[in-house]
Amino acid sequence: MHRNPYIPHSEKDVEEMLKAIGISSVEDLFADLPSEMNSDLNIPDAKDEYSVYRDLKTLANRNINLNEMAVFRGGGIYPHLIPSVVYALATRHEFLTAYTPYQAEVSQGTLQLLFEFQTLISELTGLEVANSSLYDGASALAEAALMSVKVNRKEKVLVCESIHPEYRDVTRTYCYGQNIEVDTFGYDKETGQVDLEDLKNKLNEEVSAVAVGYPNFLGVIEDLKEIKSVLPKGILLISVVNPIALSILEPPGNLGVDIAVGEGQPLGNLPNMGGPGFGLFASRKEYIRKMPGRIIGETVDLDGNTAYAMVLQTREQHIRRDKATSNICSNQALNALVATVYMSVLGREGLVEVGRRCFDKAHYIQERMKTMDGLHPVFSGPFFHEFVVQFDGDLEKINKKLLEHKILGPLSLSRFYPELENCGLLCTTEAVPNEDIEFFIARMEEIL
Amino acid sequence: MTIFERSSDGRSAYTLPDEDSHGFALEDCLPEHLLRKDKADLPECSELDVVRHFTELAEKNHSVDKGFYPLGSCTMKYNPKLNEKTSSLEGFAYLHPYQPTSTLQGSLELMFRLEKLLCEITGMDSYSLQPAAGAHGELAGMLIVKKHFEKLNDTGRTRVIVPDSAHGTNPASAVMAGYEIVEVESSSEGIVDLDGLDDLLKEDVAAIMLTNPNTLGLFEKHICEIARRAHEKGILLYYDGANLNAIMGKIKPGEMGFDIVHLNLHKTFSTPHGMGGPGSGPVGVKESLADLLPVPRIVEGDGEYTLSEDYPDTIGRMRSFYGNFGVLVRAYTYISLMGSQGLRLASEMAVLNANYLKSLLSKMIPEGYPGICKHEFVLDGGKLVTDYKIKTLDLAKRLLDYGVHPPTIYFPLIVNEALMIEPPETESKETLDGYSEIVKKILQETKDDPEMVKSAPHTVGTRRLNEALASRQLKTRWKKEKAT
Repeated sequence: MHRNPYIPHSEKDVEEMLKAIGISSVEDLFADLPSEMNSDLNIPDAKDEYSVYRDLKTLANRNINLNEMAVFRGGGIYPHLIPSVVYALATRHEFLTAYTPYQAEVSQGTLQLLFEFQTLISELTGLEVANSSLYDGASALAEAALMSVKVNRKEKVLVCESIHPEYRDVTRTYCYGQNIEVDTFGYDKETGQVDLEDLKNKLNEEVSAVAVGYPNFLGVIEDLKEIKSVLPKGILLISVVNPIALSILEPPGNLGVDIAVGEGQPLGNLPNMGGPGFGLFASRKEYIRKMPGRIIGETVDLDGNTAYAMVLQTREQHIRRDKATSNICSNQALNALVATVYMSVLGREGLVEVGRRCFDKAHYIQERMKTMDGLHPVFSGPFFHEFVVQFDGDLEKINKKLLEHKILGPLSLSRFYPELENCGLLCTTEAVPNEDIEFFIARMEEIL
Repeated sequence: MTIFERSSDGRSAYTLPDEDSHGFALEDCLPEHLLRKDKADLPECSELDVVRHFTELAEKNHSVDKGFYPLGSCTMKYNPKLNEKTSSLEGFAYLHPYQPTSTLQGSLELMFRLEKLLCEITGMDSYSLQPAAGAHGELAGMLIVKKHFEKLNDTGRTRVIVPDSAHGTNPASAVMAGYEIVEVESSSEGIVDLDGLDDLLKEDVAAIMLTNPNTLGLFEKHICEIARRAHEKGILLYYDGANLNAIMGKIKPGEMGFDIVHLNLHKTFSTPHGMGGPGSGPVGVKESLADLLPVPRIVEGDGEYTLSEDYPDTIGRMRSFYGNFGVLVRAYTYISLMGSQGLRLASEMAVLNANYLKSLLSKMIPEGYPGICKHEFVLDGGKLVTDYKIKTLDLAKRLLDYGVHPPTIYFPLIVNEALMIEPPETESKETLDGYSEIVKKILQETKDDPEMVKSAPHTVGTRRLNEALASRQLKTRWKKEKAT
């Protein structure tokens, strides 16, 4: 028999087991399969782990990774500094190789950490209830749109054009299934904030929710309170948030937002080429029964000791089947753990310090750029750590030159926004050292 | 104790690089009404506080590495440690999705190769690796069904057939794609009732969702006939890949007649389950449906890989970027380690394990369905109630005291007091013998000390929970106790 380190059966085991079952060969176990079919697996033979590692390392080395570059690119995934302790804890096998906490008594670790995670997300967003994660920011927005339709029984959602283009696409995909209309409204070309007049014109009886960014995809911080003030009562306000920005920005829950969603990757998760991160999802408590995903709640055990359990499982597919609030089963629990450890390490002061540094660095670059020739910042609205710059020259060419200097330059926006030709979305976080910023500015001055 | 109760003001576990600020203070640059008044109340701990806390939590979990975890339909197999090592390589983990594709060639090649491997294993023609989990793949698949009929201008198909033994995600996903559910009953043999199905195959049906082997662990032996009858009426056949671990190298969904497949890489291909995620749920289709797959797709030309969104018929994007890439690296690693022989052996030994454990356990608790099963099987817990005066739940809870995980319980819904058991190929004969011995002991305990069994668990640190209280009080976050 072929030896395999992950399959323990010896020939003797197999013989004894077959005997106990009362059959004579392994093939007998598959006798009920149609025999005339091609079952050959034309894939490479097994390899030892050292060879596989070498192959994978060769592939990995064909990429240029972020640690080899000065990074000024965000657009939904943001490289931040990650304390060593985060992954040291989050990759423990008790977390890695457990499953959904169906047996609560032997899953108290999972349940408690997700309860703590929900608390932290609730703190950041200023909303009472957070679930224990969805797939990513985009699908979280899509689920929020579907949830608003369940709350309001109106079949249209309005999404601002300044929300991440891929999030808008995913929302359209989800809404396509149930024939829910997704319409967009514009952003102000001067400030980069919501075009309130356009929004007001599109509001009508059929609208269940309005979605805006905080900050939006163009980096600009919306005035959520003002947006809320133009919405007729009952229409839900959804904001797509950057959780790191919430360290310094007034929480959306305090500004009239009903559902906050976002990509959780910035909270201590590796960029991983865009996944896995996680979708964060929080809302006002009155909507909890319409929420998608798992929610953990506190209770007691038979001895009266505090313990944690999944709550309102009757919303979920494994109980409710076709009447469930969503089809989601697997979520991104491990990534929620990473975020929980990260926030526990950074703490109240640390997260604010990270926010301040991101802000300071980005504003410094913008200030320097104001005196440079060949480019100018586009929007006048307030921003956090990301802003749009328009270049006089061809941005693709500029980025190619920057890459030769191992700089990952601003994200070209023209493929998402034809009107923003040669505009780049530039980002810094606390992970970009000051010397990289000076190096970047110096190279920009040369190139332009 | 929660992390919040460990907090003590003035402690900190973080450091940041020692560098000068440029002097752009929030207070000077932002309007006051945008500034946060009260800091988010995160805990203030030392690094060791944090380490002790999460170590303590870790120790409260059961996991595959710790002990047997035979949850039915979850394929809790051992996850080779190399998976973690490769996926955390800097060249994979520290990549930005919006880097130029010229700097992502290694990743794109890996994804391209993985798509081809999955095509070969399942007999499909094209894959998208974008869906983030099984249910996400199901939704993508059902949206492909919807788009397919829209393209054909066939607007009358409003229903999807799902067996009564199906996973809950199947009907939930079909509903999210806008379909009504028609349930087809299982026959007394535990498989789809052909005659019953025939009555349902009407012109308003868009698709049939099946998993084969089904959730009872039984192979749908009429699958080719089902496919023929469905296709005759233009109905698409959807394969839920949750149970693929039973048939690798034995038969392919594509050969059985399935048009659309989703896989669960975290089950079959050993990327860890991570307490319920991240998973990965690639969706595969036959050639005629390929243009409907989610975008972007990976395209190869002259040895160079690019991402293309140029598919006008696509259902669109399912999530941002390209899927749970880190999970894809793990699955690719696993397939490379196993090779064709290894994957076939995995399925053979998974099925052998299931039949062996069934032969042991069914001497004590009757099997739901007789005969050879595939990678999992269902026991009928009715006898526990009548003969042993306990419920399936009691047996499950008492198993915890012995350091093993119970099976999936009370599912599938069509079996009374069901126990659904999946002992993956990575478990040894000794482990299965031991599990059977434990069950035997517990059944004896029901005679000697029934109350003890009914109030289990006793030794895992937490007793049975008051779940009603949890859902009634809905305390879903920690709050500081008000000073009295």
